[in-house]
Amino acid sequence: MTSRRWAVPSLLALVVVLAILSIAVGRVTLTWDMWKAQDAVSRAILLELRLPRAILGVLVGASLGLAGAAMQGYLRNALAEPGTLGVSAMSALGAVLSIFFNIAGLHPWVLPICGVTGGMTAMAALFVLSGMAASVLTLVLSGIILSALAVAGISLVLSLSPSPWAAGEIVRWMLGGLTDRSFDELTIAAPLIVIGCIAVLGCRRSLDALTLGETGARSLGIDLNRAQWQLAFGIGLIVGGSTAVTGVIGFVGLIVPHLMRSLVGSRPGALLVPSAIGGAALVLAADIAVRLLPGGSELELGVVMSLIGAPFFFVLLHSMRRKLT
Amino acid sequence: MTRPASNLKINGLQFRRGSRVVLDAIDLQLQSGAVTAVLGPNGAGKSTLLSCIAGLLRPERGSVELDGTSLHSLAAMQRARRIAFLPQTPEIAWAVDVQTLVGLGRIPFQGVSSDEEDRAAVARAMAKTEVAQWAERAVTTLSGGERARVLLARVLAGESDWILADEPFTGLDPSHQFEAAELLRAAADQGGGVVLTIHDLTLAARIADRVIIIDDGRIVADGSPQDALTPQILRDVYNIDAQWLEGMNGTPPTIAIHGRATRG
Repeated sequence: MTSRRWAVPSLLALVVVLAILSIAVGRVTLTWDMWKAQDAVSRAILLELRLPRAILGVLVGASLGLAGAAMQGYLRNALAEPGTLGVSAMSALGAVLSIFFNIAGLHPWVLPICGVTGGMTAMAALFVLSGMAASVLTLVLSGIILSALAVAGISLVLSLSPSPWAAGEIVRWMLGGLTDRSFDELTIAAPLIVIGCIAVLGCRRSLDALTLGETGARSLGIDLNRAQWQLAFGIGLIVGGSTAVTGVIGFVGLIVPHLMRSLVGSRPGALLVPSAIGGAALVLAADIAVRLLPGGSELELGVVMSLIGAPFFFVLLHSMRRKLT
Repeated sequence: MTRPASNLKINGLQFRRGSRVVLDAIDLQLQSGAVTAVLGPNGAGKSTLLSCIAGLLRPERGSVELDGTSLHSLAAMQRARRIAFLPQTPEIAWAVDVQTLVGLGRIPFQGVSSDEEDRAAVARAMAKTEVAQWAERAVTTLSGGERARVLLARVLAGESDWILADEPFTGLDPSHQFEAAELLRAAADQGGGVVLTIHDLTLAARIADRVIIIDDGRIVADGSPQDALTPQILRDVYNIDAQWLEGMNGTPPTIAIHGRATRG
């Protein structure tokens, strides 16, 4: 019980430490002395490169961790996550389509809104396809359908792409990363993500009640229909908003809630906030690792997350095998 | 501690699944302070009736009134505070600890009662069902019988006027059946209304104050256990030869089932 009380403060402290490291570490290491000296170069590195990157890392990590915990709670399935179920890929498709049809340049909001539309469509499709009593099988199959659709759409756009430059841009962005994001991008993503998080957090009570299944939750006075659409809206905003700015970063929502259950217990509503904090820590840590890895150019964050996430998924699935069959 | 009397009035209830009429023109008045057992063969409409009374299913025709107010005009949370429901196959999705699971019964009271009141109600429910010793254990590590007690504690934690339980004794050994029956009996003795569906005729005869038998969506018997569970009715409804045996020297009655009825 005492470990539970300390979990959230310790995680918060970890995020603060990682955020400071994220600001200091990179091709140029910022030291306290350099910061005090206030020279133009280190100021520029701090304000235009590192700070937006760290804030975006916290925002995207926290919201993806939250989205994963909420999806798992709603679907009562520890394997559910926006990335593995194709919601992120559908967001990416929405964003890519806006680039392809040349409407992304019209206004900075067009691309994120297309991403959000893709994410919400995917969530709605997922709920419609898998229904309430989502078995692992229908859920995973629904995810495969959505991912396949998104990948096919993106491939189509790439092959029809007017210029190699645009195609290269799309691919780089799809890999997912926090590199070279500015405050402009942050101001677009932040409101979408924050509204999404509020909508998801508002479902806490419904997620708790769903521990007792659909009938149990309804008998406790929960309006499941409303909870479902509120979640689709909130998670669509989160995934769409973050994908639009950072590309596809998967597995955060899978790994973090799983780790948090052992720290704070399994009650779905109580898992949301710790998962958000844990998600921020994970993405910050992975983004620091990306910079520290030796090599000519930085690995993209999305790639690193998948490299960590896929084996994790494997182990999780292996440990759950008996329960699933 | 007794609670004020409450009544549930069901008027002309009709419910259909597809073209099949599951419940047809059910009229019933239920009083709190008693255990009402709903019996009938599989598919007779028992669970549907219970779900309609709990407000989980909206009947096609007819109404359910709780103390004169239509159930469907109540907000879902308001309804949930007054009527607790134990589903037939209770699901526990996550390995939460016992205390947390029992606490879920307080969900309808969030923002209505204080945290202390919630904690006290959970503690009372856990004491009544004697599950307090497992408070911090994961529900998934408990045996079936222990889990049933915890789920019952969850229902009791709402301290609602009504407890509706859909086959609460299924899958429990005789000792756990009696244990659960006694807990529901106690809730009724304290003034609560208990309505349950049940297949075990003897258990129904022993714990119920009133037995309602439905067959094919209609009420075919309604009365004291002795009046409702007659050989003739049991033969008509279940197609069995059965007999009410009064217990000797004040021991409770038994319903002896001799076998399938010989038609003729």
